Amino acid sequence: MSEGDKESSPWRVPSPPRSGTYGAVAIGASAGGLRSLTAILQGLPADFSVPILLAQHLHSTDEGRFADHLSELTSRTVVDAIDKVSIQPRTLYVAPADYHLLVERDGTLALSIDARVNYSRPSIDVLFESAAHVFGPRLIAVILSGASSDGARGMLVVKELGGVGIAEAPKNAEFPLMPQAAIDLAHIEIVLPPDRIAKKLSELCIPAQRALSEPAQHGGSK
Amino acid sequence: MNRAEREHIEIDLLLEAVFRRYGYDFRSYARASIERRTRVFQHTSGCATIAEMIPKVLYDEGFFSQLAQTLSVTVTEMFRDPFFYLSFRENVVPLLKTWPHFKVWHAGCATGEEVYSLAIVLKEEGLLERATLYATDFNDRSLSIAKEGIYDLDSLRKATESYQLAGGKKSFSLYYHAQYDAAAMDAELKKRLTFSNHNLASDHVFGDMQLILCRNVLIYFNRELQNRALGLFTESLVHGGFLCLGSKEELQFSSVRDEYVKLDPKAKIYKRTATP
Ligand SMILES: C[S@@+](CC[C@H](N)C(=O)[O-])C[C@H]1O[C@@H](n2cnc3c(N)ncnc32)[C@H](O)[C@@H]1O
Repeated sequence: MSEGDKESSPWRVPSPPRSGTYGAVAIGASAGGLRSLTAILQGLPADFSVPILLAQHLHSTDEGRFADHLSELTSRTVVDAIDKVSIQPRTLYVAPADYHLLVERDGTLALSIDARVNYSRPSIDVLFESAAHVFGPRLIAVILSGASSDGARGMLVVKELGGVGIAEAPKNAEFPLMPQAAIDLAHIEIVLPPDRIAKKLSELCIPAQRALSEPAQHGGSK
Repeated sequence: MNRAEREHIEIDLLLEAVFRRYGYDFRSYARASIERRTRVFQHTSGCATIAEMIPKVLYDEGFFSQLAQTLSVTVTEMFRDPFFYLSFRENVVPLLKTWPHFKVWHAGCATGEEVYSLAIVLKEEGLLERATLYATDFNDRSLSIAKEGIYDLDSLRKATESYQLAGGKKSFSLYYHAQYDAAAMDAELKKRLTFSNHNLASDHVFGDMQLILCRNVLIYFNRELQNRALGLFTESLVHGGFLCLGSKEELQFSSVRDEYVKLDPKAKIYKRTATP
């Protein structure tokens, strides 16, 4: 089946509502990801408010330590993701060790102990795919350093559903395999070192954020 | 309309078909997980769209039973979250020791690993003889594996570390008998155990229990179905009895939260308040 339902039909076919800024940034990281992640978080401006969802491969005994560690590196709120809690702006949600992190259409988070995917739980594919189905073109997915190919298939779904894909430049990554696999499979065009990823995220999100938060004062439409 | 929106409709219709044709209600399950598993099943079954699965579900019982097997997550392991068992020994066992006999309902027991883990803890604490354990699940295939109690030897060996972290006092291999690649759980662990089919979405209360375990099941339900299940547990649990949930599950947002006090916020062990 194609998306070509638009050809001249006498009946109106609903088109998706146009919405403002991005709904979420989903980040996948594995071995060597902490360094890249730190650079990104420290490069994001304080007024960057789009929620961030992170699937980082962790040892099952982590028990929230990774999230604690991250929160020391950034002024952003960092929390271990909780099942069925609504996603808030300005917050980074970390998939807890041994759980997959998913997104529900009502804007809440969901955890699951479904079987490992690519030997991983949390799996980046699971996060990317589920976020892509909820946010579609309003999702930015970022794949960072890692020695696995988790995230590549998820990235493909993100792109298919109109989202933006960004990969850490393999030559900058401690472990290039993971970003390279995603670039190859999903044909990611935006390939950057971590500090430039932060800049790119701001460029993509901040203007839309401003437009959304100040429409009334400026007479609404532009 | 984009692909994601259309798929959402297709999955609604598929779950409706499953419910009306077979009575299994997955409509109240946490949706994101159900969608993921439906898509996985769609790919393995070779259907081009999810809609294509609908007539198959309606006309082919074998197809339905494979789908239901995928939708009910059978994943489990021995001594998952060792800290839970440690806390159980510390916070629950002393009170169980004051009862001459007690009944345990283990809901959503899957293929049984968790029930045998609990039986081992009870045995080591000298409580197994005083306990009657009712382990239930809505998946008959899982239940029959649980009843047999035969597991892959490799996975049992891997559980040895968890057993020790869970406060295990012996050599874990004492509890199973290995033969080739498989191992059978010790018959003594099974003596106090009964397995039966119970569906938390449609069946009723289970009787006066002193202890109820339901771990990593509610996480798959939406709030409404969670409240139904928690209502069943509360009705089935004596005042002063214990309720143990999975480590990412909470009573905080539920309709029964005022009925319980939290004994261990990390291990998610709750005690039903003593007086009505
Ligand atoms: C992820 S497993 C958890 C198993 C085990 N309690 C553990 O924590 O390792 C979820 C279990 O819940 C069962 N389940 C799902 N829906 C159910 C329902 N409506 N009634 C009874 N059991 C259900 C599934 O069949 C599966 O065995």
